[in-house]
Amino acid sequence: MNAPLIRTVALTKDYLLGDTRVPALQGVSLEIARGEFVAVMGPSGSGKSTFMNLLGCLDHPSGGEYWLDGEAVARLSDDALAGLRNRRIGFIFQHFNLLPRTSALDNVALPLLYRGLALADRHARAAQRLAQVGLTERAGHHPAQLSGGQQQRVAIARALANDPALVLADEPTGALDSRTGIEIMALLQTLNRDGMTIVVVTHEHDIAAYASRIISFLDGRVVNDRPNTPHDASADLAALPDPAAA
Amino acid sequence: MKMPPHARNNNSLPSPGGTHGSFGRPGAAMNFYATLLIALKALRVNLLRSALTMLGIIIGVAAVIIMIAVGSGAQEKVEAQIKSLGSNLLIVFSASASQGGARSAAGATHTISEDDAYAIARELPEYLVGAAPTLRGSGQVVAGNSNWSTTFYGITPDYFEVRAWTLADGRYFDPAEINGAAKVAIIGQTVATSLFGDESPIDQVIRIRNVPLTVIGVLAGKGQNLSGSDQDDVVLMPISTARNRVLGATVLAKSRSVGSISIKARDGVDLKIAEEKVRDLLRQRHRLQPGQEDDFNLRNLTEILQAREDSSRVMAMLLAAVASVSLLVGGIGIMNIMLVSVTERTREIGLRRAVGAKSGDILRQFLIEAITLSLIGGLIGVLLGSLGAELIGALAEWPIKLSPFATALAVSFAAAIGIFFGYYPARQAARLSPIEALRHE
Repeated sequence: MNAPLIRTVALTKDYLLGDTRVPALQGVSLEIARGEFVAVMGPSGSGKSTFMNLLGCLDHPSGGEYWLDGEAVARLSDDALAGLRNRRIGFIFQHFNLLPRTSALDNVALPLLYRGLALADRHARAAQRLAQVGLTERAGHHPAQLSGGQQQRVAIARALANDPALVLADEPTGALDSRTGIEIMALLQTLNRDGMTIVVVTHEHDIAAYASRIISFLDGRVVNDRPNTPHDASADLAALPDPAAA
Repeated sequence: MKMPPHARNNNSLPSPGGTHGSFGRPGAAMNFYATLLIALKALRVNLLRSALTMLGIIIGVAAVIIMIAVGSGAQEKVEAQIKSLGSNLLIVFSASASQGGARSAAGATHTISEDDAYAIARELPEYLVGAAPTLRGSGQVVAGNSNWSTTFYGITPDYFEVRAWTLADGRYFDPAEINGAAKVAIIGQTVATSLFGDESPIDQVIRIRNVPLTVIGVLAGKGQNLSGSDQDDVVLMPISTARNRVLGATVLAKSRSVGSISIKARDGVDLKIAEEKVRDLLRQRHRLQPGQEDDFNLRNLTEILQAREDSSRVMAMLLAAVASVSLLVGGIGIMNIMLVSVTERTREIGLRRAVGAKSGDILRQFLIEAITLSLIGGLIGVLLGSLGAELIGALAEWPIKLSPFATALAVSFAAAIGIFFGYYPARQAARLSPIEALRHE
């Protein structure tokens, strides 16, 4: 288990704008070990989103290699990538992306559906994941009946549904107030302590501070990659004034 | 994450591995039932929109059902009538000749004779099966204490074959009875029941205009004819009996004249040609000059019936046109709504792709949604169409025949429309790039 979970070698991605090739990623080589909590930072246009799309197997690189958990991903078919996303990667989005008019339980069960599990299995596992994020009581609620923080926790439960090897979070606190944002980061830290590898894209230094490693992008290259002594989100939360008392 | 990858079982729960030696196993495709549930849910979210979208299909399918019910009902009725009337039937009525500018009603004067009928049968055997001269009269039939007002015909043996009568009981007239004005009769079902109830009429005596006739046979029932009168309300007797004994005092008896001649053409003979041959022969026998009007009236009953069938066929064609336009419009409506739905749900599609839906899963999802829409529309259409057909049958007193074949046809057509018009939007959805779809606002 010493092989890195993620290994990229000279990963590039070009986009075609009309007739011009626009390089979005210009040769990124890095490794992320199991159990790391990585923050990816950079201004817009730095290539961090492109990199995340490649890490998330949502896109094909223009060049270079990418191994996820020992498997060469760069030249897999679209369907194979879909299978890979389903089984090994959990996604968390800025705007939660829950299905409207669908219960929290069914939202969490969605990846299990595409895995081909029977309904009873799907519901049993989704209920476990909801319990893990502390939302058992809300299993039957629709997204519109949940607060932003609760919605993001449902989304995290969904990301965990298939026991992925990697959780990718794209600005997970971007749509939340700061207190709720820290709550979400505390939850991610808990998951990380239990062994989950987590990569968070953010442009907020406060959020990146909860990671154990910070990788900065600029102009399609990694410009900084340093370990970080993570802040403890739970401790920060305890230090905040109680909103109920205020 | 504590086990080496090869030790994990892909399928086992509740301890599935986070990492696997393989992925995307073929059996992992979403099952059909789950897809159907997603489709139903999506359609229920926009219930009014779904209902309006289905309307075209509903109307189209209902029109198909009604069209086929009306069409096959009419056809069946006409076929039954032709069968009861006798097929390939020509009828010559006497007269309608102009007398000093005044035209009398057909059959009121007597210009055709028994001999015309025999001549037709003798001269044109290659075209005809038989020619049956008929004397018609009406009056009271009395048997014991019962009496009944009916129509009677004096006939020759050809009559049975030409007019497709068979016996339910007893026997036909023999030649001696036909020629010898024997006092015998064959009666229809209605007359038999009215006069004798459950008793057998055979060998009973009935009296018409005080002439006693022995019943030797009972006709098999035919029911109502075209104009709704009871064909079984009839008494048949030899033509000589009618002329010499029953009609004795009236004008019909004076000569050999008859009211009508029924003619049956041979199968495979063009009725138009048979009609022309009969007309030529009669004109020749009646010494009519070219340019002079016929002094008889020759009708092709089968043709009249078929004209009726044609008119109901026109009605059916009209409905078919409505149905196909409506189905086409309904199909376009489904395509339109599905395209709107794909646009509205772009982020949902992106999310589904991100959590593992293959583009085939997305294609299937939207295709099944379109098919579900058109199938539900089709089933409602079948229901409304069947009700509509029954209603039309009851109100317009048209014969209606609902066929399971037509129902199956309409429903599968509706499903085909769902596939045809749903494929393009579904393919659009399946082709969306997950990244673009997730970024969609």
